[in-house]
Amino acid sequence: MKKTIAGKEVDVNEEGYLTNMSEWNEQIAAEIAAEEGVGTLTDAHNKVLQYLRQQQAAGVALTIRGVGKSGVVTIKELYDLFPGGPLKKSSKIAGIPKPVGCI
Amino acid sequence: MNTPQHPVKKMSIIVSRGSLDGIYPALIMANGARMEGIEASLFFTFFGLNGLTKSTMDNLKVATVGNSALNMAMPMLGMPMTVPFPTWMGAIPGVSAFATHLMNKEMEKLDVPPVREFLEMISDSGGKIFACKLAMDMFKLKNEDLWDRVDGVLTVGQFYEESAGEGTHILFT
Repeated sequence: MKKTIAGKEVDVNEEGYLTNMSEWNEQIAAEIAAEEGVGTLTDAHNKVLQYLRQQQAAGVALTIRGVGKSGVVTIKELYDLFPGGPLKKSSKIAGIPKPVGCI
Repeated sequence: MNTPQHPVKKMSIIVSRGSLDGIYPALIMANGARMEGIEASLFFTFFGLNGLTKSTMDNLKVATVGNSALNMAMPMLGMPMTVPFPTWMGAIPGVSAFATHLMNKEMEKLDVPPVREFLEMISDSGGKIFACKLAMDMFKLKNEDLWDRVDGVLTVGQFYEESAGEGTHILFT
């Protein structure tokens, strides 16, 4: 389905995740972050978002453990940056699909 | 997914078993809760304390004796789950260690960390890790025998206090 985020019409699924990651931009990220209660995105947030997008583009399945070992952010920082569901929320803000793993 | 009227807000998970296959489900459930923004605490009691004691937590084994559900897929021999693992084989020296080795390898492939690292992950995520006082007394364990990041040693009463609140679910594993 279509949704207008930050003035741009994008394709999203029923949970609000972008279905085409190339439609993403920083304004969209900022608006989803505000909706998700993450607040203003800082450099630390943006580094995580870029990392997630790179991993997604490379076809790597995302896990909390994997992100924690990336050197981009520790697990503790990830939980602090994206409170209330770190991997789900960061993925949504990064414009990539919701992670499907249990870990 | 629709928004439920009474969401799960907290999981209080009791870990009573000390085999590798006995402990992993609790860790996966606790970590999974934190990933969903649900509070989580783990309460290690009886043989579950093996997973929280410094000298044993890195050497937990898959139970190969008395485990009638064990099959040739579980010790990861590449056979289907429908091929049973003869129970008498479980008692042969080395079989439990071998099954454990294979399971650890398989878990690593799935990005499931070893127990110690898993506990660190849960603790880093804000999950709480507790030991049961009665079981500590029973096994003659002291606080310094436990993993350094344990949040406390609780009585049953304190565990229920810890678990208080609307939307808490207590799970016994």
